[in-house]
Amino acid sequence: MNSGGRPTRPVAAGSNPPQTVSGSKALNQVQKLIFEIGTPRRTGVDLPEPKGTESRLGSMERKGDIGLPGLSEPETLRHYIRLSQKNYAIDLGVYPLGSCTMKHNPRLNEKMARLQGLADVHPLQPESTVQGALELIHELAHWITTLTGMPTVAMSPKAGAHGELCGMMAIRARLDADGESKRRRVLVPESAHGTNPATAVRCGFSVDEIPGTDQGCIHMETLREKLVHGDDIAGIMLTNPNTCGLFERDVIEIADLIHKTGGYFYCDGANFNALVGRVRPGDLGIDAMHLNLHKTFSTPHGGGGPGSGPTVLSEALKDYAPVPFVVKDGESYRLIEDADNRSFGRMCAFHGQMGMFIRALTYMMSHGADGLKQATEDAVLNANYIQASLSDVMTPAFGGLCMHEALFDDRFLRDTGIETLDFAKAMIDEGYHPMTMYFPMVVHGAMLIEPTESESREELDRFITSMRSLAERAGSGDVENFKAAPIHAPLRRLDETRAARNPILRWKPPDEPPKAAKQA
Amino acid sequence: MRYLPLNENDRRAMLDVVGVGSIDDLFDDVPESVRLKGLVDLPRHQSEQAVERYVSALSDKSISASSVPFFCGAGAYKHHIPATVDHLIQRSEFLTAYTPYQPEISQGTLQALFEFQTQVALLTGMEVANASMYDGSTACAEAVIMATRAARDKRRRAVLAPGLHPYYAAATQTLVQTLDIDINERDTRMGRDAHVIDHIDDDTACVVVQSPNFFGEIIDLRPICEVAHARGALLIAVFTEPVALGALMSPGEQGADIVVGEGQGLGVGLNFGGPHIGLFACRQRLVRQMPGRICGETVDANGERGFVLTLSTREQHIRREKATSNICTNSGLCCMAFTIHMTLLGDTGLKRLAALNHETACALADEIDAINGAKVLNDSFFNEFTVRLNTSAAGVVEVLASKNILGGVPVSRLTPGRNEDLLLVCATEIVSRDDMRVFGAALEETLS
Amino acid sequence: MSLYFTQDHEWIRVDGDIGTVGISPYAARQLGDVVYVELPGIGANPGRGDEIAVVESVKAASEIYAPVGGEITEVNKALEDDPGTVNDSADEDGWFLRMKLSDMSELESLMDEAEYREYCEGL
Repeated sequence: MNSGGRPTRPVAAGSNPPQTVSGSKALNQVQKLIFEIGTPRRTGVDLPEPKGTESRLGSMERKGDIGLPGLSEPETLRHYIRLSQKNYAIDLGVYPLGSCTMKHNPRLNEKMARLQGLADVHPLQPESTVQGALELIHELAHWITTLTGMPTVAMSPKAGAHGELCGMMAIRARLDADGESKRRRVLVPESAHGTNPATAVRCGFSVDEIPGTDQGCIHMETLREKLVHGDDIAGIMLTNPNTCGLFERDVIEIADLIHKTGGYFYCDGANFNALVGRVRPGDLGIDAMHLNLHKTFSTPHGGGGPGSGPTVLSEALKDYAPVPFVVKDGESYRLIEDADNRSFGRMCAFHGQMGMFIRALTYMMSHGADGLKQATEDAVLNANYIQASLSDVMTPAFGGLCMHEALFDDRFLRDTGIETLDFAKAMIDEGYHPMTMYFPMVVHGAMLIEPTESESREELDRFITSMRSLAERAGSGDVENFKAAPIHAPLRRLDETRAARNPILRWKPPDEPPKAAKQA
Repeated sequence: MRYLPLNENDRRAMLDVVGVGSIDDLFDDVPESVRLKGLVDLPRHQSEQAVERYVSALSDKSISASSVPFFCGAGAYKHHIPATVDHLIQRSEFLTAYTPYQPEISQGTLQALFEFQTQVALLTGMEVANASMYDGSTACAEAVIMATRAARDKRRRAVLAPGLHPYYAAATQTLVQTLDIDINERDTRMGRDAHVIDHIDDDTACVVVQSPNFFGEIIDLRPICEVAHARGALLIAVFTEPVALGALMSPGEQGADIVVGEGQGLGVGLNFGGPHIGLFACRQRLVRQMPGRICGETVDANGERGFVLTLSTREQHIRREKATSNICTNSGLCCMAFTIHMTLLGDTGLKRLAALNHETACALADEIDAINGAKVLNDSFFNEFTVRLNTSAAGVVEVLASKNILGGVPVSRLTPGRNEDLLLVCATEIVSRDDMRVFGAALEETLS
Repeated sequence: MSLYFTQDHEWIRVDGDIGTVGISPYAARQLGDVVYVELPGIGANPGRGDEIAVVESVKAASEIYAPVGGEITEVNKALEDDPGTVNDSADEDGWFLRMKLSDMSELESLMDEAEYREYCEGL
């Protein structure tokens, strides 16, 4: 008789699973720090033994160990794969972070960004040996200026905030060139992202806040009043669609008013993905606007970068653009690397985020003019679908339609004892990344949901079902479970107070008291 | 369109739920006069194959570093990157995650950042490091601004020592021009200006010194630190090649207060100049003035160790116009690549890699110095040195390129109108004996 | 000894011409867990309404303004190691600094305890 018969039906599970000896929970593996598992003597790279020639380091040789632990290749792989499994990702599920735009990252982008003739070229090779790379930058610039309807684009800014600096520095350079150095006040709506005021101050401007209306747009009466004595105004920094997810209806009048008073119009392009193919910022009277290639054009967020922030400039500002830039000269491409007397200078070493340029151009060409427009429309439709499907159980911050993101406030949680934060953490247990919360600050307990065009209707319906159920549970007073959430994530809520009161910012050997930092 | 899941049926049904008749109604707030009619003037969508063909054709028009004898440095360095690095950074959970604002579901990125910060602190000999900056040049500018902040804005001068990478100096000048910072730049051969200490006064917030400097020369920071500290100024040490720190005394050990540099040489490819990764480290007492993201250790509700972004009240999203910097992003994925490469190397591997680089460069320097019309100017160097030629370096580089040799960077490309006879030559572990022979022979032929 | 409040929720307790300054328990609650307090240098001479300190919680930062003008004579060093004292004892041990008042008449524009309580209820 065959003795291979084994139980093939589960018995009923116990209600209290025992703690594991290892601390791991099946796929959720405990993983210590490299400093706790590696040693300075171990290495995962085979290199030939140096021959020991006489050093020419000018008597500045390092003596002693650096203290860096090494791991063999299999240990390294296992370490980072285990870590990766503790991360949420777009490829895993809905990532509805409003204003951050977590859309699908096509893998063709990654493949193209690794082509040798684009990835493995040095920024200071002779121009004759990098014609393809220069042509790609030139071509991307063409797509960007066509989509935005602007005469030129500065490609070198390394991220959105760097692009903001680029635009505001161009404005300042133009003002200074015109003898208008007294113009140092910049108008910024209260609802603006924190980078806007931070950038303005960094450029030597002062910030004057404009309140919003109860409909989430800029308060035009206040704006007009501020412009009456506007001879110290350098410009306005406006996000459009704004951080409430609404198109600023008065944008053309705003541009006119600012220009009449002698100032310039900076547009924060963080939300350009709601306009691509349907509205050209150049037609709105904008003088400068940065793009976030990682938001609008699908370059990966990579856990916090690298970004890329090409900045389009109007006729009035284009001569002040930073170096370098690529020009087409007959059939060949050249790099202009030296600032003439108008350019406001150089923002970074080299030519910008080439790796991101390749991905963005690949994305744009894949979509084409028709696909980019369709993506915009689907993004706006998806956001409105979510808003419409949740408006009876949650509270939209403003009535009416939205653009690419739906903004809710916490009125529906009033008197439940549950806050926006708790609601967000409960979404984690449902398998979703929380939406952006507490931003924009003009809305109480804000929840900003941006589904992007990458979600299918079925996925949105599942998300909506979860959100409705959470809202109903909150309404029925299930405070304890909301406060405890998340319970299914790799870790429970973390103690951020402790982290900030007694910052531990690096690993130290256990026998060392925490305040006596080791000098390597 | 392969990236868009909705079909026409979906769209119609969803418009019904929203309660509007058409997509156009969703754009009702856009003034009629600026609504685009029809499509913008760009090609329509293309298949994966068609796009791949187009981009590959562009790639084929350039000469890649791996395909020819290669000797360029000057702030971007070609090293071998283990296959493991690129595999791991393409993991979806690293590639397609956002900034780790929800620590319960971002421990992968956060633990890697904590390890990264520790590696950078150890490598630079400092107490703390942040979670990276855009690149070395912008990190340098941020360090100068940080130093004036640490001086509570009472000191308004920054002294940039000669030998600072010209693009770092230019970026710093551009990014801090609006802050009233006086930059004292001196142009001396090889950046070996012993008089830099004469420029430090009581209004000096910081002195910025690069080592190895732009010309490859190794600078002893200790005497400069001494004078700077006596005057109440901070010393900002800069490096452009992280591998050099495997062979050289750390800037922290020499007394630097802030250390910034380019980390591209470890784990990150040349990428035609970007993305790269800025490293930023400082003394513990300065940590609250530090720009950028910082990851810290804490515990969760069950007492288990975990990591969070911390000290965020320095940042723009909370402090707005009073933030330490306007920066939002770090160099996330490059940070992962750097830290994975460092983990593979460990102490032993990094030191060996550094030793190999130095040996290769020494051999090449000897080869070049023996050529008529070429003279190596350095007293000291790591893997890069400056050669004086008997003719224009830019011309020589062009001739070499036509022979499929990428033979270094003419200094005049970064200092227009000056140093036209100087050539920067770099040799890392990727350079073979054969590469050197081919280069030497071609250079000799070109110069004769 | 008398106690005054500002609309920005600072309190000042005056003894002779020396005033002790802190923030009200109401303000401390609004901020959440305080994690860091940046204090001024001794000898500084702020005017009324000038920024004299910054108090930070995990997700917020607030400037603290001088309720009246004067010279800073002492700061509460204990807050450096234990900023949570501001939450635990905002009106006593969680004081920020002491200052020598330059113009006692500036106190007249401030609220007394009853007025401040009423002011908070209206918020």
